[in-house]
Amino acid sequence: MKPQHISRRDFLSQVAWSGTALTLAAYLPASGRTLPEIINPVTNGILPGTELMSWISIAPTGRVTLMCNRSEMGQGTFQALPQMLAEELEVRLDDVEILFAPANPEKYGPQPQEGSFSVRGWAPRLLRTGACAREMLIEAAATEWNIPRHDCYAENGTVINRATQTKLTYGALAEKASKLKPPTEVILKKRADYKIIGKPAPRKDIPLKTNGSAIFGLDKKLPGMKYAVIERSRRFRETVKGFDDSETRKIPGVSHVFKVKRPVFSQYCEGVAVVADSLWAAMQGRKVLKVNWNEPDFECPDTTSLEKQMRENLQKIGGQPKFETEYNHCAQKLEAVYETPYQSHSCMEPLNCIADARADSIEIWGPIQEANWIQADLSQRFNIPIDHVAVHMTFLGGGFGRKAFPDYPYEAALISKEIQAPIQVVWTREDDMTAGPFRPGAFYALKGGLNADGGIHAFQANTATQWIGQEWSPTPPGPPDAAGYNTGDFEGLLHPYRQGIPHYSFGGVGTHSPIPVMWWRSVSASTQGFACESFIDELAHLAGKDPLVFRRQHLPSPRYQALIDRMAELTQWQSRGKNPGWGVAFTECFTGICGHAVKVARNAEGKIRIEKVIALMDCGWYVNPDIIRAQVEGSIVMALGAATTHATTFEDGRAAQQNFDTYPMPRIADIPPIEVHIMENDEKPGGVGEPGLPPFAPALANAIFDLTGQRVRRLPFSLDGIS
Amino acid sequence: MPSYQLSVNGKPYTVEADAQMPLLWVIRDLIGLTGTKYGCGIAQCGACTVHLSGAPVRSCSFPVSAVGEQAVTTIEGLSEDNSHPVQRAWIAEQVPQCGYCQSGQIMSAVALLAGNANPDDEAINAAMNGNICRCGTYPRIRKAIKTAASYSR
Repeated sequence: MKPQHISRRDFLSQVAWSGTALTLAAYLPASGRTLPEIINPVTNGILPGTELMSWISIAPTGRVTLMCNRSEMGQGTFQALPQMLAEELEVRLDDVEILFAPANPEKYGPQPQEGSFSVRGWAPRLLRTGACAREMLIEAAATEWNIPRHDCYAENGTVINRATQTKLTYGALAEKASKLKPPTEVILKKRADYKIIGKPAPRKDIPLKTNGSAIFGLDKKLPGMKYAVIERSRRFRETVKGFDDSETRKIPGVSHVFKVKRPVFSQYCEGVAVVADSLWAAMQGRKVLKVNWNEPDFECPDTTSLEKQMRENLQKIGGQPKFETEYNHCAQKLEAVYETPYQSHSCMEPLNCIADARADSIEIWGPIQEANWIQADLSQRFNIPIDHVAVHMTFLGGGFGRKAFPDYPYEAALISKEIQAPIQVVWTREDDMTAGPFRPGAFYALKGGLNADGGIHAFQANTATQWIGQEWSPTPPGPPDAAGYNTGDFEGLLHPYRQGIPHYSFGGVGTHSPIPVMWWRSVSASTQGFACESFIDELAHLAGKDPLVFRRQHLPSPRYQALIDRMAELTQWQSRGKNPGWGVAFTECFTGICGHAVKVARNAEGKIRIEKVIALMDCGWYVNPDIIRAQVEGSIVMALGAATTHATTFEDGRAAQQNFDTYPMPRIADIPPIEVHIMENDEKPGGVGEPGLPPFAPALANAIFDLTGQRVRRLPFSLDGIS
Repeated sequence: MPSYQLSVNGKPYTVEADAQMPLLWVIRDLIGLTGTKYGCGIAQCGACTVHLSGAPVRSCSFPVSAVGEQAVTTIEGLSEDNSHPVQRAWIAEQVPQCGYCQSGQIMSAVALLAGNANPDDEAINAAMNGNICRCGTYPRIRKAIKTAASYSR
């Protein structure tokens, strides 16, 4: 059901970054077509212009339109993609307009927005697309002037005749260029020659977000559209026995009440939809609806039973004999268990989706991270040809992985089909926070053995968690592959240390529960980063070594050595004094490496307060340093909530936290000063949106240990609770 | 259903609505101004912040029947062309990420600056603590409020 992902390693290995001749890949140019439907998300107007390639059209005025095949949920694709295109196309950034592309994998390539993939995954294609379009425009001018093409060059949206300095604008050349065959090889610029990439250009979506004109899913309206809210089972798999809608139907505007279901991985979740002419009426109707649920024929867990299961599962994992032998020979040994909770995504924009389902077509509008998956899923479930399923993206009020799932569009399509009208299904905050899928809680049993010199000789990480992959298939994932990536829920576990530790061992047992779980910003790194980077700190103290020096000793790659040295500079680590409340942690996920250093101190009342966070991001080749800083600042705020406040707990099979009063978000007064620094190097582009989050919790816990001698091994923990 | 005369962003509107209908849904669904957002419905997140006679209120929990004569201002009422000093500061400091909460953040900041032309960190914390940003743009919000203050000095 889920479309095949491009393996990150396979894709990146084919990519060269600059100054290299490249052969064009798939999804590249379909030349000579007239403009397809390019819908402006704000005005809904169709734009004029000539489509030069499937992603780019150039209007006679020279205005360039880039079809954004990615979602914009705050991570900055609306600026990073135009910057990449404008650089190679040789146009001013202000001349590029970016619009959401509808789902169309043949035309725009795969569109899932996950894995911090926009820049690291799409840089090759966008740079080549820009360069190809530029070459086609140059060729069109050369033909026009009847001179060799190398006597022309492109600059600022014009092609210039080298000898005469005569100019032709892209607008004037676009139609002719669109009829040319795209080049099969193009030379990409050297990084040193970049004029637009690498600069903190202001984001194109921001002016729409400061005057209320940005259209999010909830803001989209269709003529004749009705609204639905759904009374949902709070116990996930409960089924509807019956309902009494006599009071509901008395609410003016309520037109339909009927049972619905929503696919969640291999399960269905049931509910009763209330459809009305206005959202308010639908909400009022739902309040007085009485639903009877069948007695559950499944287990209704609570947090205590889930945690007991995870602790017991950790005991079930047998040791690997070779590892045990090596571990037993170690001079010093340490064992610890780290515990992390289930969490809700809680995007600021609750889930919602519009569907207009007809007999032979479905059209969807909404805040969507996974346009292709939704298109394929609806096509299959409703038995409609895929090219009759149109998926349109609006801006997303946050995503964090939750909006990369096809359940909420399916529900909208189902209701639209039933009532034969366009429908917007709106989830209340309470629906959004209690229905899941949740980030699964994970417990880690860690063992580390030191050699006589205080170096790590053997390291074991055993995991008990509700595997995300298990939601589709009952088989738990195997141990990580040699490179440590793309191996299900072990992804990246201890990855950077494996060069520096001679013996390691991994194992895991899946938690069984009816609670639906899924990915959450930074996925497994959000929990395993806390466990591993806290435990490395414990081992450093056991070895009697400075935690930063100890990490440098075990992270031998030049890239990590440079990162650690830079962190030492930024924190003035060597001159910090004894037990001053500093902690560090480094994690790697989605090919981005990030280090955090946290400084804590006691305030006048003796409470622990965070004085400063210094973040150091190594994402290799990058596009926009200001967007990187914004993403890391935001990741730290989200991580602060995850570390100190957030846990979704379960009682009798139901999520206990329903709204921001019981699942409190960090607020402006809670935020310490944050500094973000970026490593300058020539590594391949890495992820940014997720890798900035995982190091925070361990860096904070390590800082608390440094100040107080107390080791935090369970999330979330209250800073006020540290004595 | 009762009828209400409202002044929103200086324009008169007549709406027919249940007396208990929150101002948020009147603004969004009856008047059609969608810049004001639904976030929680219980006055916890501030995404729905609008001004009543210049004072910030959480419109998700404010019944339309309680508006009375008070003038309503929404994000759209600050300026369409982003010329309001707080909008300019928000763009200068590149505050929004997803942007969903930002209408409410901006409305709270405008109200703060109207009563305190030069707020310090403590005043910013007090005025802005009712507005949640899940993207974590708080450091930039703080900076942008100070930048906006500097525009009018």
